[in-house]
Amino acid sequence: MPNKRDNILVNIDWTTIIVYLILVFLGWINIYSAVYDENHSSIFDFSQRYGKQLVWIGAALILIFIVLIVDSKFYSAFAFPFYGIGILLLILVLFLGIEVNTSKSWFEIGSFRMQPVEFTKITICLALAQYLSSLSFSWQKTKSIIVLILLIALPILLIFIQNDTGSALVFFAFVFVLFREGLNRVLFITSFALIALFILALVTNLEILVITILVAGVIGFALTNGRNLQTQIIFYSFLLYASVSLVLLNYTDIFLDKEIVLILINVGVIAIQMLIIYFVKRNKTLLLFGLLIIGVSTFVFSVDYLFYNALQPHQQNRINEVLGKNTDPLGIGYNVNQSKIAIGSGGFTGKGFLQGTQTKYNFVPEQSTDFIFCTIGEEWGFIGTTTVLFLFMFLIVRIIVLSERQRSKFSRIYGYGVASILFFHVAVNISMTIGLAPVIGIPLPFFSYGGSSLWAFTILLFIFVKLDADRLQIFR
Amino acid sequence: MKNDDKRKYAIIGIVVVLFLIIWIKLFNLQILDISLKISSDNNSQRRVTVYPSRGLIYDRNGVLLVSNEAAYDLMLIPKNMREFDTLAFCNDIGITKENFYERLKTCQEYSSYRPSLFYKQITATQFAILQEKMYKYPGFFVQNRTLRRYQEGIAAHILGDVGEVDLETLKSDPYYSGGDYAGKSGVEQYYEKELRGKKGIKIYLVDVYSNIKDSYMDGKYDTLAEPGKDLTLTIDVELQRYGEYLMQNKVGSIVAIEPSSGEILSLISSPVYDPQLLVGRERGKNYDSLLNEPTKPLINRAISSTYPPGSIFKLAVSIVGLQEGVLKPYTAYPCDKSIVGCHGHPPANSVIRAIQYSCNPYYYYVFRSLIQRGIEKSIFRDSRIGLDLWKQKIVALGFERAYDIGIPGVNVGQVPGSDFYDKLYGKHRWAFSTIYSLGIGQGELLISPLQMANFCAIIANRGFYYNPHIIKEIDHKTVQDKNTQKIFTPFDKKHFEVVVEGMDKVVNEEFGTGFYARIDDIRVCGKTGTAENPHGDDHSIFVAFAPKDQPKIAIAVYIENAGFGGVWAAPIAKLMIEKYIKDSISDPRLEKRIVEANLLNMTPEDAE
Repeated sequence: MPNKRDNILVNIDWTTIIVYLILVFLGWINIYSAVYDENHSSIFDFSQRYGKQLVWIGAALILIFIVLIVDSKFYSAFAFPFYGIGILLLILVLFLGIEVNTSKSWFEIGSFRMQPVEFTKITICLALAQYLSSLSFSWQKTKSIIVLILLIALPILLIFIQNDTGSALVFFAFVFVLFREGLNRVLFITSFALIALFILALVTNLEILVITILVAGVIGFALTNGRNLQTQIIFYSFLLYASVSLVLLNYTDIFLDKEIVLILINVGVIAIQMLIIYFVKRNKTLLLFGLLIIGVSTFVFSVDYLFYNALQPHQQNRINEVLGKNTDPLGIGYNVNQSKIAIGSGGFTGKGFLQGTQTKYNFVPEQSTDFIFCTIGEEWGFIGTTTVLFLFMFLIVRIIVLSERQRSKFSRIYGYGVASILFFHVAVNISMTIGLAPVIGIPLPFFSYGGSSLWAFTILLFIFVKLDADRLQIFR
Repeated sequence: MKNDDKRKYAIIGIVVVLFLIIWIKLFNLQILDISLKISSDNNSQRRVTVYPSRGLIYDRNGVLLVSNEAAYDLMLIPKNMREFDTLAFCNDIGITKENFYERLKTCQEYSSYRPSLFYKQITATQFAILQEKMYKYPGFFVQNRTLRRYQEGIAAHILGDVGEVDLETLKSDPYYSGGDYAGKSGVEQYYEKELRGKKGIKIYLVDVYSNIKDSYMDGKYDTLAEPGKDLTLTIDVELQRYGEYLMQNKVGSIVAIEPSSGEILSLISSPVYDPQLLVGRERGKNYDSLLNEPTKPLINRAISSTYPPGSIFKLAVSIVGLQEGVLKPYTAYPCDKSIVGCHGHPPANSVIRAIQYSCNPYYYYVFRSLIQRGIEKSIFRDSRIGLDLWKQKIVALGFERAYDIGIPGVNVGQVPGSDFYDKLYGKHRWAFSTIYSLGIGQGELLISPLQMANFCAIIANRGFYYNPHIIKEIDHKTVQDKNTQKIFTPFDKKHFEVVVEGMDKVVNEEFGTGFYARIDDIRVCGKTGTAENPHGDDHSIFVAFAPKDQPKIAIAVYIENAGFGGVWAAPIAKLMIEKYIKDSISDPRLEKRIVEANLLNMTPEDAE
């Protein structure tokens, strides 16, 4: 009788696998719908993207098999060599790669193209897990911190050089991993605020700003688990602030200047919070935290207000030009607008499979890759988007829960890494199709057309599935 | 670090909250926001108007006067333009490179992603060349249009023209949208609603480059265009053409009416122009040059110009005098040249002779007896009453009436009454002596050639008429309307017989003023007129109908600055009558004399 501990079929997490298979299948039929061509109506037509995607899916299944039969110790043992190979590929692509959509991040071998950055997500994840779980690592050691920063910063730097900003931003998601593994709260908040501000710098959308503040409020609450009075006060004032602002932004036009209203609310909230915190408990950290977030947003609102109200149109244009903002309605703004129209036109039940008019007639750019979510929205409606959204949420939360049951620190950290990367991709990709995030061009995992992306996410996920299946073997 | 284990809740919390925000946004987009669904429809559906073909126009004998011709507008969507061989393109449509960039700029200024007119009405040949190369010029496409084709090149004033609708029409008539065409004058304008038909609509699904992908819902919501109704005019194309031929180098009008129906057989306003000039690319240029011609060819003199009628008005005065009883058929008046000028003729001892000789003093007396009825002692008061009684009767003969003939621009003219002279001289400050020249068709009378012709038709019918009209059939069916109702004038038939007798003698007896209109085998009745023109030479006038019994044609010829009516207007009337009734000309030398005559005397206004 085989040892229960060693039987992979018993210990493997079938839930994750089923969710994975559903997502991949949904991705495939949506690619079919997005690039549907009447002259090649068979979904198995290999000259079309949907046919090719099926080939990639087939290959992915083989990859899963390979990943699962490899001994799990292999992944930790070879984490650093893999990391080295990954970095090497990133350097090589700078010299040997070809340029697609202004970013030089593709290798071309024959008619096949491969994006090494997709695979470095795995290698960095492994290396991070390996390093953080090593006995020599300590948050107290300066050397450890420096190595850690180098470990993450090096690939980010190389990807920035490739001019693939979107992919580079993905690695900031590791801040969740670091936070879980003991990163100082303030540092975590700072990192998070950095991501938020970086994204904010790319757009001037008040709605996004308010949502960011809401998120910051929730994080603040989550950090302290809402145990004491002042955190609760902060939390509720955040919620109040954000919801009032959202209502004002979305449903009223009676105010002359939304910016002014928001600034007034900001000032009001600061004053109230300062008073409450000062009288209840003199907690300087929380006070500073609240001041920081609200101060920054007030500043941004003011800049916006000054920009649109104090400057002449030609001055605005000049600044926009310098900032590289495209005022052409057919530029980036046009894409997002078309994307929103597509998703919005789907309504509750959608237009039906293959019935989309926005995504089918090329109104939405990159409809089979970065904007695949539009097809889901248009053809399957709110039901479809909700399903996909919650499948992803379920998968990510599932990975976090599974990570927490790992006895091995390596497995846990790796799991968090997978969850972070998936989370960043899904949240940002969907957000950009509905105008909540700037268009930074990153794929929707398992959905977007493309071999590199599908294989990379598959390997990323199934290494964790393998590690989880072997969780009972204590190998460290 | 025990504390760190709890951080998983924070992380899961962040994940869940972010997803919920996205979810709320999706709910907002997909459920609450209706505007996006509307945008989506506009985005992907293209409503293409299907223009109906405009109704054709025929003459009374079924000869096609106006048809349609395909034209091709070269359109451009600037945003869809890609790099292409500009030079080859310029050569294909025959423009310079500078001109190309100018046009491109205009298009871009209009809109970069909506189709705008790049080059209007390219020729069929250019279209044939372009069609094969179109794929090389992305962003460009050709839109079909129909243009009017005026087959015969005549009757411009009747047919009118078609042009782009103006802003006012656009606002007042929801049928039109910008860039549509509509009738601008003549029958094209008057019968616009019949001719234009009904636009259809085709809904297509288009992609982002506005390329048509498919028809929407398999054409379920498409509507068919209904072609415009064909018109059949009362015009006789041969007579019209002949009249225009005769009128060359003369300024004036000919109006010929069939008395038994009121159908206008021809309506000529000279100088004429080719209606085809106002079609197509050169329309604007040609219009301007026609507008600036000193002879004003764009004016439809036959209906819009009014003149003093001269001696032909004596016929009207006779009828009114006879009806009022102030004149008897055998009333005689001396030809007293001291009162008003006249020419040498035998004594006018009856109305018939007075008409035959066109005796001016005779009508001085007739008109005086009409005006000074002796109702009031004061000649001022008496004249006032007399004039209004007179006007009441005169107007019944169709003067100062706006005939609704089916062409816009009919001028009512003027028959002065007491109010007119009151305004001019003051109440009771004028009397018969002030206005006596009205009796011989001079003075403040203003009559259009159309009114003269219809007056003649009334005489020909001995007292009744049909509303003169230009339309015979709509959609090949006769219309029962005001045009088919006989209208009687309040005069006895016997008075007309007297006048007809006089008109007969004008043409057919010695000392008749209209002997030039004599035709051997057709009994023509006519009356000459010469309207004094203070600005230049007298206008030459002739009205006639023929044959005397069961008349087939009543005609008025008015030639500006041509002198005595018998010399120019009468022979033209004769030739027209002959042409219409016999379809042959008995005196080619007369025809030659008329055609070769150049009577384009410059009027003083034009010479200024």
